[in-house]
Amino acid sequence: MSLLVVLEHDRGKWVEANDEALTAARKLASDMGVELHAALVGVGARDLVSQAATGGAAVVHLCEHEVLTDYGPDAVGETVAQLVASINPSAITAVGTSRGNEVLAQLAARADLPFVANCMTVAPSDGPWSMTRVQWGGSLLEDATLDAPTKVLSFGHHSVVAEVADAPGAGEVREFAPALDPAMAATIVRDRDVQTAGVTLSTAPVVISGGRGVGSAEGFDQLEELAELLGGRVGCSRAVTNLGWRNHTDQVGQTGTRIAPEIYIATGISGAIQHWVGAMASKRILAINTDAEANMVTKADYAVIADLHKVVPAITAEIRRRQG
Amino acid sequence: MNILVCVKRVPAPGAKINVTEDGLSVDSAHLGFTTSPHEECALEEAVQISERDGGEVTVLTLGPVEAEEQLRYGASVGAHHIILVPTDGSAWDPQRTAAALTTAIEQAEQANGQPFDLILFGNESADSGGFQVGVRVALKLGRPSVNAIKGIDPGDGSVIARREIDGGFEVYEVPTPAVLGIKEGINLPRYPTMKGRLASKKATLETAEIAAEPGGQALIRLHRPPEQASTTEILGTDETAAVRIVDILEEIGVLA
Ligand SMILES: Cc1cc2nc3c(=O)[nH]c(=O)nc-3n(C[C@H](O)[C@H](O)[C@H](O)COP(=O)(O)OP(=O)(O)OC[C@H]3O[C@@H](n4cnc5c(N)ncnc54)[C@H](O)[C@@H]3O)c2cc1C
Repeated sequence: MSLLVVLEHDRGKWVEANDEALTAARKLASDMGVELHAALVGVGARDLVSQAATGGAAVVHLCEHEVLTDYGPDAVGETVAQLVASINPSAITAVGTSRGNEVLAQLAARADLPFVANCMTVAPSDGPWSMTRVQWGGSLLEDATLDAPTKVLSFGHHSVVAEVADAPGAGEVREFAPALDPAMAATIVRDRDVQTAGVTLSTAPVVISGGRGVGSAEGFDQLEELAELLGGRVGCSRAVTNLGWRNHTDQVGQTGTRIAPEIYIATGISGAIQHWVGAMASKRILAINTDAEANMVTKADYAVIADLHKVVPAITAEIRRRQG
Repeated sequence: MNILVCVKRVPAPGAKINVTEDGLSVDSAHLGFTTSPHEECALEEAVQISERDGGEVTVLTLGPVEAEEQLRYGASVGAHHIILVPTDGSAWDPQRTAAALTTAIEQAEQANGQPFDLILFGNESADSGGFQVGVRVALKLGRPSVNAIKGIDPGDGSVIARREIDGGFEVYEVPTPAVLGIKEGINLPRYPTMKGRLASKKATLETAEIAAEPGGQALIRLHRPPEQASTTEILGTDETAAVRIVDILEEIGVLA
């Protein structure tokens, strides 16, 4: 009996989400009282076997095939489905990244099993399992049950804090050669278009966002100026994206980017729940809003109840004054 | 290129999401409803493609009869056909939803005498966020699928689809007919024009009653996550607060 954790990689490069996947999987395997197996699929996976073992995998299934030159949802999904049919684990898990959820959805569809995405906690049992999972991007939680001969579930990305394993697993390598239809190459990545980003919204130490209260696209110039002084990035709310004032790449929230800066300065943003879930991991929040009752204000650590068009230039001026 | 867009009606909560007493749904007594944002963008993308390259756009939703509102909205921004798969209003699990949608799509394709070149889903629904219905439908129909798409470039017999990754895009060339999961940000959805609104009132609503068996995932109870207790320190009520703000920026070390 085993729990199979499906790991990710980027052409042989270990991805951080794997540390979360292994942390969650070790605990689940121990709660289930079964051995932890890991699946690594495609070119470059061979180099990552020892890291999977360090993370606690007793067995690593190394899946290679000439079609698997890069990631592809159909080919990787079919590979995992064939592996599952061959080793028959009690449960299969992954972290709910784009790829993680996609591969488990592929597996579940191919094996005709239910799949519960983005769990926070899971209680295995002999009958149906119970779990708490994320709805509304984290604004709401759902207690659910999963009734299936083989359990398929993902853990929400960032809902588990990665920890180092107490002891490594044996990491016994088992090669698995799937039988893949060459037609599956159709949905393998063809090409990459990588942009040199510098500090991105998700990694910036300071994020200064504007909402509808900024009033216009030009109104963001003052936020840009301040962000530059602070080595930060400008974000925005969905109201702003919908008005065409900023690109969607700047949007913070459920359907935008999740941020975690040292300080988040939210100006002219009401703090709707869908915005809040994208900002709540910030270490500190400063709200600048004319409305003292705005949700952003009542949830913030600091607030200034005033017109952002006066306060933002004053911050910039004060920094310039101190810097001489 | 003929495109089908599958959309979901969801409540549009503001500062808080409240749950009904039985814990089975969002309390929408004082809320409006909207189309899940990823799907709104999927629809806009389909309309833009049809305006540029020809072909027709169909919008389909599985939901309560009130979801006709989201279908008419779809017609008001350019969809040619609207199809409702009515439910009793309860939340259907992903397997059940996918099974019913597949049957509805097969029926529509049979009536059309040809498959849709593209079927677009939202990457995940805004409310239940199951991350799987599009993939399940694609496999039932025997078509390729790729999720997290933020760019489509239609070609002859295939589409170039761009998938967002950290710091860039992966590029796929997917043979059609195919299924894609779309993410918000692929475009900026338009607002309906007066002419569009009028036309949408006349659009013929097709209804496809479809029964499907529940799957293995069951909703027990919705609840709000525990709130982080916070007290807000008011730094001021005018621009003189800038001094305190810059003190704080210095204290936390983000100001060199
Ligand atoms: C499924 C779904 C997903 C969503 N995803 C997101 C998401 O990812 N990100 C997101 O942001 N939203 C998202 N939304 C939208 C969200 O519900 C809100 O509509 C949106 O965040 C509101 O943006 P806002 O705060 O800029 O505008 P408003 O709510 O209009 O707030 C404007 C604020 O500006 C203040 N203000 C006005 N003038 C001034 C001034 N001169 N100085 C200071 N303050 C001023 C006002 O007091 C008010 O608080 C989503 C909605 C749904 C239904």
